[in-house]
Amino acid sequence: MTEKKKERINIHEYLAEMDDIPGTRVFTAQRARKGYHLNQFAMSLMKEENRKRFLADEKAYLDEWELSDEAKQAVMDRDYNAMIDHGGNIYYLAKLFSTDRKSFQFAAGSMTGMTQEDYAKMMLEGGRSPEGQRSIKGKY
Amino acid sequence: MARVTTGITSSHIPALGAAIETGKANDEYWGPVFKGYQPIRDWIKKPDNMPDVIVLVYNDHASAFDQNIIPTFAIGCAEKFKPADEGWGPRPVPDVIGHPDLAWHIAQSLILDDFDMCIMNDMDVDHGCTIPLTMMFGEPDAWPCKVIPLPVNVVTYPPPSGARCYALGDSIKAAVESFPEDLNVHVWGTGGMSHQLQGPRAGLINKDFDLDFIDQLINDPEALSKKPHIEYLREAGSEGIELVMWLIMRGALGEEKVKDLYNFYHIPASNTALGALILQPEETAGEALEPRRVLSGGSFAEA
Repeated sequence: MTEKKKERINIHEYLAEMDDIPGTRVFTAQRARKGYHLNQFAMSLMKEENRKRFLADEKAYLDEWELSDEAKQAVMDRDYNAMIDHGGNIYYLAKLFSTDRKSFQFAAGSMTGMTQEDYAKMMLEGGRSPEGQRSIKGKY
Repeated sequence: MARVTTGITSSHIPALGAAIETGKANDEYWGPVFKGYQPIRDWIKKPDNMPDVIVLVYNDHASAFDQNIIPTFAIGCAEKFKPADEGWGPRPVPDVIGHPDLAWHIAQSLILDDFDMCIMNDMDVDHGCTIPLTMMFGEPDAWPCKVIPLPVNVVTYPPPSGARCYALGDSIKAAVESFPEDLNVHVWGTGGMSHQLQGPRAGLINKDFDLDFIDQLINDPEALSKKPHIEYLREAGSEGIELVMWLIMRGALGEEKVKDLYNFYHIPASNTALGALILQPEETAGEALEPRRVLSGGSFAEA
């Protein structure tokens, strides 16, 4: 088990593959850098006093963070796809939808373009099939 | 001498805890999940099976670690760990009580074995750590055993490779076996199975991948450990990558054959497919449970 690695992973190929999955934004270093302040904002909602302050005046609370106006708007709109485009990661953003008393299923469903009812029904029936959803280039 | 007797896998999704806390554990939706866990709960209660210590492998979901500190492998060496406030207030569960002597022993052994661990002495534990305890032990006033939390980064890319996780398990086994006290140690691998929580592809479930993964985990972990990240991402969804942590558990059971005493798979639990296993090294394995394999939900409903 501890023998030396024979083959190195080519980092450029590795990262290129991450962008080849339909409907998915892998939380790469590039996204983590872009989303640093957005994710740290979300982390701040782990404290009750911050949650209260945020809910009382979202705009004022967001203005305390180094966020673009677009990122602030995405938060106020609860547009999770847009937040992920701004470098957000779902486990960080979970602090935001938890502050709203919403579940992971609600947040995930909201990103699919489906109604909550249709999303829940799809999950009950066995979830989204991977067929045709694995690779943009390979179309399989 | 301490020994790793058992490997367990479990889902750790927060909705499972919420189902218990809101009295929904027996309803139509959650009933089959808790029914599937009941045999494990009954099994683990028996004195011979109850661990003295669990090395609980999980991923911190941006709770103890934010974007400022991202350790690939960390180990909790504290006396105790408090449940984290993840936005809902902390889960209403007991503090997790550590085993600092064993934890520090494992930490030192792992570093000497070329795993450069991050040592944590002040760390809150999130649902990744506490949900599996709730699923196995219900709602006690205190957890019935000690727990060494071992968080793995599977959130910010790249996470560790499957091969590295498998090798870490092997080193954990050696570390435990060199601890002089006579302890029954479990290693739990948590998270998974297939799921995606983001983007238009959210809700992905891949039953065939999951069942093959379980089969390979039991029978050919060496080959499974070579699976590249991109395959997890394509086949098991962006959050399905959590499954690499199961290889740490499997590595800790040794390279010889293991027996699955219990093998439960269910679709869906909220957004995810769920797998709960009890594995033991074949040489020292106990009796398999009856039934040994339970598949429920999704397309199994009609089966």
